[in-house]
Amino acid sequence: MSYAVTIASISKTYGAKQKLVQALSNISLNVEKGELFGIIGPDGAGKTSLFRILTTLLLANEGHATVDGLDVVKEFKAIRNRVGYMPGRFSLYQDLTIEENLSFFATIFNTTIEANYDLIKDIYIQIEPFKTRRAGKLSGGMKQKLALCCALIHKPSVLFLDEPTTGVDAVSRKEFWQMLKGLKEQGITILVSTPYMDEASLCDRVALMQSGKLMQVDSPRNIIHSFPHKIMAVKGSNMLQLLNTLKQTKGVADAYAFGEYHHAVLEDGITTLPIEQVEMKIVQPDIEDCFIALMKDHAAQ
Amino acid sequence: MRTLRFILQKEFRQIFRDKGILRIIFILPIMQLIVLPMAADYEMKNIQIAVTDHDHSDYSRKLISKITASGYFKLVSYDDAFNQSMKQVELDKADLILEIPASFEKELVKEDKASLFIAVNAINGVKGSLGGAYLAAIIRSFNNDVRMDWVQFPRFNPEPQIEVASSNWFNPHMNYKLFMVPGILVLLLTMVGTNLTAINIVKEKEIGTIEQINVTPIKKYHFILGKLIPFWVLGLVVMSLGFVVARVVYGIVPIGSFVTIYVFAAVYLLAVLGLGLLISTYSATQQQAMLVSFFIMMIFVLMGGLYTSIDSMPEWAKWITKFNPVSYFIDVMRLVVLKGSTLADIKQQLLSISAFAVGLNLWAVYSYRKRS
Repeated sequence: MSYAVTIASISKTYGAKQKLVQALSNISLNVEKGELFGIIGPDGAGKTSLFRILTTLLLANEGHATVDGLDVVKEFKAIRNRVGYMPGRFSLYQDLTIEENLSFFATIFNTTIEANYDLIKDIYIQIEPFKTRRAGKLSGGMKQKLALCCALIHKPSVLFLDEPTTGVDAVSRKEFWQMLKGLKEQGITILVSTPYMDEASLCDRVALMQSGKLMQVDSPRNIIHSFPHKIMAVKGSNMLQLLNTLKQTKGVADAYAFGEYHHAVLEDGITTLPIEQVEMKIVQPDIEDCFIALMKDHAAQ
Repeated sequence: MRTLRFILQKEFRQIFRDKGILRIIFILPIMQLIVLPMAADYEMKNIQIAVTDHDHSDYSRKLISKITASGYFKLVSYDDAFNQSMKQVELDKADLILEIPASFEKELVKEDKASLFIAVNAINGVKGSLGGAYLAAIIRSFNNDVRMDWVQFPRFNPEPQIEVASSNWFNPHMNYKLFMVPGILVLLLTMVGTNLTAINIVKEKEIGTIEQINVTPIKKYHFILGKLIPFWVLGLVVMSLGFVVARVVYGIVPIGSFVTIYVFAAVYLLAVLGLGLLISTYSATQQQAMLVSFFIMMIFVLMGGLYTSIDSMPEWAKWITKFNPVSYFIDVMRLVVLKGSTLADIKQQLLSISAFAVGLNLWAVYSYRKRS
């Protein structure tokens, strides 16, 4: 099976000699066709740099990459016809209406809204009532839907979404992932980057990135499966104090806030903790637990 | 071609939607064209003069009344001592002092020769030197009058005299508006062309839309033509409006053909837009673009031959003006509007400006990169 995206030992540095910033160091991964692939990492992990290299906007210092079987350096012109890119910042024409933006991007790809209407229909229907409104006057969620429509209008084979859900409310985020599922069913390979770890479980496979390095690439299920420790969820009346107590308790490898509970990573063989008057239960590790552990390991190195 | 058409459609749509920019493009140049030439008057009027009269004679009064009757001078004080007049200069109330010595009339009558003293306040150099020259001319004419009255001329002049009669060709009345208006029109056109192009493209960079454009298969020349053509059209429209203002307000009708002007303007605009494009490729923000084009405009205005004649500049400065597209257009405008020059006459300028257009645009296209 051929891959939709291959990345082989890609490195990218910014800045001059004195202030060298290693944005990406030796990244290698492959994305299969039709996959919904998530790149998860905190701000500054190098997600955007990686996307800009793959969408032929940026040249890597080292390494090779292909998108849809085409080399990002040599065959960049062909790639630009086949990928859809939605940058992290809203970058459509704010002084043009929804319809004008969409038809502009359709025409520069030599197509029309009608030709690929079925692809964007589900999304476009939601913003169609406002199609004569200028893009600058739309709400965040609507802007994002419009941007997605514009990125899809030429029926790309690979779709790059750079932090599409950053700054969007929880309901819209859920809706957005629903839309991505729909697109995946139409056979489009989707690469999506996000700083939100809870979105990882919605992807087929995820890559965890931190400070320009790739830490793990696997399916969310496998990542959870390979987590070696047990997790104890703890809840008490004074949560702040409890967290400090947990960190000092013997048998707790790590403790951190996790929603309304604190999660304590237990050392091998420990099944209970000597803390009174708190609610305690062993829970299944979440993908976030795995990431927190990975990131802390990584930082310690 | 189809792509270009849609890009143009989009650009025009955006321009016409931005009411602020539209106002700037159309109303401001017209306002400036109406106001600036009225203010930028080369003729000096109301030069303030202080007279120190030690003589108090008939002649000294005649001289003073001749000076004030000329219309160029305004007598601000009539003093007995030079110090009093000097005071007026120090208070910035007088630009010139004319000192008439005590024996002015006597010497003039008896010895056929008298001296006067002119002191000029040179803080405002132009006013000072022009005022001094006007005053000298008036005194010369006064001198002739006196001679006519008193001296019995022999049948032939004992000394040969050369009488100079001058005639101002192409602008017989030395109407400064005739050469200021076309010049200011050129500056306005340059400003509109350079700034709008530079800022428009940098705006796309700032908002991030250029990123979205760069991942599309739009060709570089499509994008650039899409930016240049609308402003090229707008520039020609602004110039046409300018000529309407020149006709209606100042009654200026070019003696030469409009075709000549428009042909030159078409090429000139390409050069100016190319400059704007070039600025935009090197600027990351609108502020940067604004500042750079502002400084360039400054040089263009001062070294363009509008306010100071290029012929009177030092040699090195003349070389700088050769790299200033504005100087060519101002030159051509005046030639065509005042003298009626034809395309054949301005061939040299047209060739130079074509070189600018090609050079600047090639440089800009070369340095515009779709990827970093």
